[in-house]
Amino acid sequence: MAVHRELFNRRLHSLLGVVPIGLYLVTHLVVNHFAVYGEEEFNRAAGFMGNLPFLILLEIFVIYLPILFHAVLGVYIAFTANYNLKNYSFFRNWMFALQRITGIVTLIFIVWHVWETRVQKALGVVEVNYSLMESILSSPFMFWFYVVGVISTVFHFSNGLWGFMVTWGITQSPKSQKITTYGVVVVFLVLSYIGVRSLIAFAYGV
Amino acid sequence: MAEQKTITFIITRQDGPDSAPYEETFEVPYRKNMNVISGLMEIRKNPVNAKGEKTTPVQWDMNCLEEVCGACSMVINGVPRQSCAALVDELETPVRLAPMSTFPVVRDLIIDRERMFDALKQVKAWIPIDGTHDLGPGPRMPEKKRQWAYELSKCMTCGVCLESCPNVNDKSNFIGPAALSQARLFNAHPTGEMNKSERLDGLMQEGGVSGCGNAQNCVQVCPKGIPLTTSIAAMNRATNIQAFKNFFGSDNAH
Ligand code: HEM
Ligand code: SF4
Ligand code: FES
Repeated sequence: MAVHRELFNRRLHSLLGVVPIGLYLVTHLVVNHFAVYGEEEFNRAAGFMGNLPFLILLEIFVIYLPILFHAVLGVYIAFTANYNLKNYSFFRNWMFALQRITGIVTLIFIVWHVWETRVQKALGVVEVNYSLMESILSSPFMFWFYVVGVISTVFHFSNGLWGFMVTWGITQSPKSQKITTYGVVVVFLVLSYIGVRSLIAFAYGV
Repeated sequence: MAEQKTITFIITRQDGPDSAPYEETFEVPYRKNMNVISGLMEIRKNPVNAKGEKTTPVQWDMNCLEEVCGACSMVINGVPRQSCAALVDELETPVRLAPMSTFPVVRDLIIDRERMFDALKQVKAWIPIDGTHDLGPGPRMPEKKRQWAYELSKCMTCGVCLESCPNVNDKSNFIGPAALSQARLFNAHPTGEMNKSERLDGLMQEGGVSGCGNAQNCVQVCPKGIPLTTSIAAMNRATNIQAFKNFFGSDNAH
């Protein structure tokens, strides 16, 4: 049978959103939460992540390439929709639009965030540690930029989990899809809390 | 004599496939229980617009007049639906009529739904039983399953689900929800099942099931109450399994 390239790309896009990107996101947010317990705790946890063996290979294959693929196809998907919330203001249609809007916001956020941290580290300009995040986030503008970025990413991931369950044919009935909606609302709230709590710790030291 | 009550229709018209659309307003004499089509018939009888100018009669498509053929779909006050089943008494006035924007306009409110029939061909939404000799009776279908399948079989290719779908547009090749659900219907049939993988192959081609982005407007607007989003998720599962079979399975996967 013919090669189904479009189907393959879309399924790969869906899978990468959860494994590895989604799993990485959760790990990243949980590690950041060490900031709440103090500077030393955070530096120890971040240091562990930053000194994993084969770090550059892990980064390339678990983070950079998957996000690059997901983002490029994601932008294409976002721009090939005709948004019609005005005539059809149903809940799922809103989620459809928000999934795409948060995808774009997340992309802008990630590019800036990676530039400011990982790229500057590679250029030898900064060291990635508590005080770097403290100096970035003590500016109110950057603090709110990060709050929006984190919530947007977490929303995109949570609602994405819902879509993932449909894309892989796991939730089919309206009832199972509805219960999954409640489930991902919980995921959204919990991850948003963890993410924003760390930002507050960096910015205000509390 | 009491003055005759009228209903205002504001109609988006287009003289031909390539001409520019324009709006024209009509005052139509009111009758109790009239539907949108009877309003259009009044305009055809007396094609004079609200300014009193003589104009061409508004063209539209219709057939069954009982919401089973799907031919008369149009956008009525912003909502795509069947004009034969749209009662004027239940509509806000002025009544705005426009052709469904997803399809090429032939003239005025007549649109060309050929892309839907092409989609049905892509997913082979029929059961091939014609041959040179009598194949005998096929396998029987359990009554409960028949009742369930009957709901899916109510689709009249009316196009309302495509019209409401943000992913069906000229930037994307998505064939739309109706055909995806029809593939599920024919794959569930005991005889149709024998050609299951061919339909799944159609779903896996460009514009097939992967074009869905789960906005789920289709299931809200379908006049036949077809569980389109359940069908799509079921076809997601079926195509995933088929893809694995094709890749990992033996060479006689069908
Ligand atoms: C932290 C980064 C990201 C994570 C964790 C993530 C996660 C996910 C997940 C889990 C899905 C659901 C897949 C599905 O529907 O089956 C998804 C879908 C989507 N993502 Fe992302 N994503 C990320 C970044 C991005 C970026 C940067 C874009 C670029 C615009 C993007 C655009 C999209 C789009 C458009 C969809 C919807 C696909 C569809 O419904 O067919 N994502 N994402
Ligand atoms: S699925 Fe429903 S809305 Fe779509 S074409 Fe069939 S009858 Fe019309
Ligand atoms: S004329 Fe057949 S559905 Fe309206």
